[in-house]
Amino acid sequence: MRATSEGGADLVQLLTPEGQRVSHPDFDIDITDEQLRGMYRDMVLVRRADREGNALQRQGQLGIWVPLLGQEAAQIGAGRAMRPQDMAFPSYREHGVAWCRGIDPTELLGIFRGTDHGSWDPNETGMSLYTIVIGNQCVNATGYAMGQKFEGKVGNSGDDPASNEATMVFFGDGATSQGDVHEGMVWASVYDAPVVFFCQNNQWAISEPTERQSRVPLYERAKGYGFPGIRVDGNDVLATLAVSQWAMNEARQGNGPLLIEAFTYRMDAHTTSDDATRYRLDDELEAWKLKDPIERLRAHLLREEIADQEFFDRVDSEADELAARFREFCVNMPEPPPERMFSAVYAEESPVVAAQREDYLNYLAGFADSGHDTEGSVR
Amino acid sequence: MAAPTMESTGSSTTPTQTITIAKGLNNALRNAMERDPKVLVMGEDVGKLGGVFRVTDGLQKDFGEHRVLDTPLAESGIIGTAIGLAMRGFRPVCEIQFDGFIFPGFDQIVSQLSKMHYRSQGKVKVPLVIRVPFGGGIGAVEHHSESPESLFAHVAGLKVVSCSNPVDAYWMLQQAIESDDPVLFFEPKRRYWEKAELDPTAEHLPLVSSAVLRTGSDVTVATYGPMVKTCMDAATAAEEDGNDVEVVDLRSLSPLDLGPVAESVRRTGRLVVVSESPPESSVTSEVATRIQQECFYSLEAPVLRVNGFDTPYPPSKLEEGYLPDLDRVLDAVDRSLAY
Ligand SMILES: Cc1ncc(C[n+]2csc(CCOP(=O)(O)OP(=O)(O)O)c2C)c(N)n1
Repeated sequence: MRATSEGGADLVQLLTPEGQRVSHPDFDIDITDEQLRGMYRDMVLVRRADREGNALQRQGQLGIWVPLLGQEAAQIGAGRAMRPQDMAFPSYREHGVAWCRGIDPTELLGIFRGTDHGSWDPNETGMSLYTIVIGNQCVNATGYAMGQKFEGKVGNSGDDPASNEATMVFFGDGATSQGDVHEGMVWASVYDAPVVFFCQNNQWAISEPTERQSRVPLYERAKGYGFPGIRVDGNDVLATLAVSQWAMNEARQGNGPLLIEAFTYRMDAHTTSDDATRYRLDDELEAWKLKDPIERLRAHLLREEIADQEFFDRVDSEADELAARFREFCVNMPEPPPERMFSAVYAEESPVVAAQREDYLNYLAGFADSGHDTEGSVR
Repeated sequence: MAAPTMESTGSSTTPTQTITIAKGLNNALRNAMERDPKVLVMGEDVGKLGGVFRVTDGLQKDFGEHRVLDTPLAESGIIGTAIGLAMRGFRPVCEIQFDGFIFPGFDQIVSQLSKMHYRSQGKVKVPLVIRVPFGGGIGAVEHHSESPESLFAHVAGLKVVSCSNPVDAYWMLQQAIESDDPVLFFEPKRRYWEKAELDPTAEHLPLVSSAVLRTGSDVTVATYGPMVKTCMDAATAAEEDGNDVEVVDLRSLSPLDLGPVAESVRRTGRLVVVSESPPESSVTSEVATRIQQECFYSLEAPVLRVNGFDTPYPPSKLEEGYLPDLDRVLDAVDRSLAY
């Protein structure tokens, strides 16, 4: 059993792997040259931060890193289809979505360095914190979207784009096996919630290929819940943007949920702790390298003379700067103080936790008094 | 309570070898699968990858895809289908990848697995083992370092056990698989690579029994799983201060075998109970209550506990403070002695 590399006849594509623009009857898109260059820049910068994350883990600066390599187009296409008032519910690999929500890549570092569980403000950024338990976020996202609908934030006519909202939830192909994902879809359809289920089918759930999760293409599952499902070339940022914009607009207009399957590939290991050579064949990786999302857009920009060498150089040097800033931030992150362990467990402080904090801080203070370091057997 | 008797050994003639806990578990699975064709291994990534901790390494290669099942990514599905398989006469051993991922399967464990035998008044047996790598100390992200064993110990109808060394890993897992009751098998993930000598022909304890690992006359320390090593190290360190600490490995958390603990406390008059889990309503609460009840007139000090805290598991840069270490155990020993 192995992962597939062909998306099938229903795959929505607007750029061939060679970077040639093709048309699609339902999903043509008006896009400016500037937007195209912007998405190229997004992808290059996000990839660069991602590669730096891998390197920092190898150097012992991060406990683990979850690479995004290969999934840049899927995430930037989806992320750029969101408006500020929309809400994103991510899994743990959504560094590109975070970028589009205005979250600086350095904000991701604490999770992987072990100083926090996520430092951005979900309310301010319109992006919930990373979710590690597979599938959990799908029900949460549906509930959030139900709230958007209950508050009358869908289906409003008028010119004000801020008057309508939707939610986008991100999960993997493996996640589609979880009860929570099914339950999220059932709720979404029953309540016509404005939620777009964005599945990044990167062909693998750690060592298990998509065939281990489903007998039918994932986008076809939507039919069973009673809403549209569509498969897009997840390595084609243009197609992903077009389909995501359409889906988000449908949801905002009150037409209910949708499922997008972004057909893509995880070009790196599952995480820095994973050994992909145990289960993955080299020729599969080689075949997917030819579909690289960044190379594809670059070829298009060159072919259509939308960008010149000077532009590419400028983006590269911006990437260098980002990488340097990312690294610098990482190695200089302060250690959290011991009282952080006890903070914000409850909204109303628990007397039990308060007492434990006091005991623990007193206990630590005892070491300071004794004049010994904490390594010794002093008490 | 009488000391548990040793069980007779299996027929294996393998010579004594040095193995890790991970290897002990792997050998246990292999033996059980060789002995009984109804034993199945199932879970996420247990096949080709050999599990994320390689505990199931090589099993699929040798026993095939129908004995070692790489399942879809769904814990309720893994445990729920394993219940059905067990009802059909199989003996599934499910692997949950990390402690924090057992909760999607919690409903199946609590609502079905634990009650099937009782509800059918013994007509339906569910010989199912759920292996859970648990506990902290590996610098992992959220949901990878939890100690949820008390939640399961609270559920009637389940056996909950935890090994602390390679020899117990080897024997206890085979015993769990042979048990006709469902067993939650908690493995101390940060100790997976610790080594010990295993003589497969030597005698071993029954599954539901605690073991005195180190005798001492001043204070009893009762613990289990990953904290056993910490407490043994603390006992060694206490020696330097002239304190003689006895260490009991509880091994089985439900049912508890508190006989050896009570016996020990009657001699030492003092008990410290240690675990990584949050203290409120935990296995350590249970041990403390029952020993207080049973040994009230022998106690020279209140039973003390050393636990994690009643907070969610913290970011890994803080786990050193969260997890009981040698110093916190020694501190409790001293406080007990100071009464
Ligand atoms: C409930 C749960 N079970 C198991 C895991 C361990 N785990 C982490 S990622 C992963 C594979 C996820 O695959 P997929 O959903 O396809 O997403 P991808 O990582 O490929 O983006 C597994 C099994 C988990 N995090 N949560």
